[in-house]
Amino acid sequence: MTNLIDIKGVTHAYKTENGPLPVLENLNISVPEGDFCAVVGPSGCGKSTLTRLIAGLMKPDEGEVWLHGERVTSPRSTVGMAFQNPVLLEWRTILDNVLLPLEIVPNSMSKRQKQDRARDLLALVGLEGFEDKRPSELSGGMRQRASLCRSIVHKPDVLIMDEPFGALDAFTREDLWQTMHRLRAEEPFTGVLITHDLRESVYLADEVIVLSGRPATTQHVENVKLSGRTDLEVIYTQEATDILHRLRHQIEVAQGRAPEVAQ
Amino acid sequence: MKHWKKVATPTLAIIAFLAFWEFIVWFNNWPNYKMASPSDLIPAYGKYWNLFLIYGWQTLWRTVVGLIVAVIFGTLIGMIMGFSRAMRDALYPLLVGFNAIPKATVVPVIALIFIGQHDFNTILIAFMISFFPISVAVSIGLSTLEPEYRDILRSLGASKWTIFWKIALPKTLPEFFGALKVSVTLAFIGTNLMEIVEPHGRGLGHLFDSGKINADYPLMFAVLIALAFLGIVLYYIVVALEKIFAGWAERPQG
Repeated sequence: MTNLIDIKGVTHAYKTENGPLPVLENLNISVPEGDFCAVVGPSGCGKSTLTRLIAGLMKPDEGEVWLHGERVTSPRSTVGMAFQNPVLLEWRTILDNVLLPLEIVPNSMSKRQKQDRARDLLALVGLEGFEDKRPSELSGGMRQRASLCRSIVHKPDVLIMDEPFGALDAFTREDLWQTMHRLRAEEPFTGVLITHDLRESVYLADEVIVLSGRPATTQHVENVKLSGRTDLEVIYTQEATDILHRLRHQIEVAQGRAPEVAQ
Repeated sequence: MKHWKKVATPTLAIIAFLAFWEFIVWFNNWPNYKMASPSDLIPAYGKYWNLFLIYGWQTLWRTVVGLIVAVIFGTLIGMIMGFSRAMRDALYPLLVGFNAIPKATVVPVIALIFIGQHDFNTILIAFMISFFPISVAVSIGLSTLEPEYRDILRSLGASKWTIFWKIALPKTLPEFFGALKVSVTLAFIGTNLMEIVEPHGRGLGHLFDSGKINADYPLMFAVLIALAFLGIVLYYIVVALEKIFAGWAERPQG
């Protein structure tokens, strides 16, 4: 299988008044096509910078970002993005919000086809009947569902998510996790999920990458194929618990609270 | 709120205000050269209704044109300041300084520079006094746009123009209309400054002046109320436009 995302030796620093602030240092990440990769790490370790680099919104100081065998130098329409803040446009209906990327990305769909596509996605995430509502009329979880629909409506190869469920309550979050599995089954895409929630990373991802503290580099890669199960119970299996333990330890190492020894 | 209530509430408030005014004048036994009462105004309107129509129209169209220029120019300045930090730093002190100058002192200067160009001068003052709130509102609206909104479109390869048209502009509309409501009343002040400080025989300001010269105090008060009326009409036109273009920003009251 080829790698859809290849991050090769990326180093990046922000310019501040007190000199350069390095956030990423010689970072290497590869995500095979169709895989779902979660990135976890201590706060402020440069995870959001990573999403902007992959999306082509920023250029790294050193190193290269490759998507689909092409070097990323500017934004490309084969990428979809979702943030912690659903950033829906308040003046548009939910349906028109989901349609937004199709107004920008060149495509050959008719108006009818676009609408059908958006309606199908909304139904898939459980927002049937809310197409004509405004974002202000929806709950936080529903808005995030609509935001997810918008991020994949143009069938991107890569979906980049920056803590998309971070602002939701625990139960809504679990609902959204299951929605993610449903979306992946219907809409194949390669995903990068930035998260603070280890359980979320283990439940959703195929591999979890632990970043070190700032400046961040790849500290640990954990393979988490949880026997292909997508029900929530899988989080409570011994297999998942072991992985969570290892990840927990790696985070503590990244935070500088534990020595890096084999458990 | 029910539909009839939307009309009835402000109407009742106006009637209450007029009744209070009438009462104050009656209670203090003020002669009409001190303070005319609403009942004095009716004969004034009856006597000069044709002048009110002619001068009122002159004031109205010049105010509206001044306001339109203020919207165009104010939005442009606001866009420049909203998109560029350097321009914001450069222009703010100039704008604040310019706005702090009393426009009554600018009127003679303008009247001298463009001597005899009465319509142009009046429009110019109406514009000068009313564009500032619009510039500030647009610049704040644009500069406070959350970066995620921009990223959503930028990551799809949208141009700057598309981002402005699809996100920045509609998101700024509620602030813009808020400022426009302030500017409407300011523009009337500007028009009348020119009409009163540099009399040239046009507009309600001129009618006010002739009331003063002839010691016709009810006429002077009648002009003030006519101006208030025009201001209210223009305000409600702005409210109607706001409903059409930025109605989404209104939340149902809890």
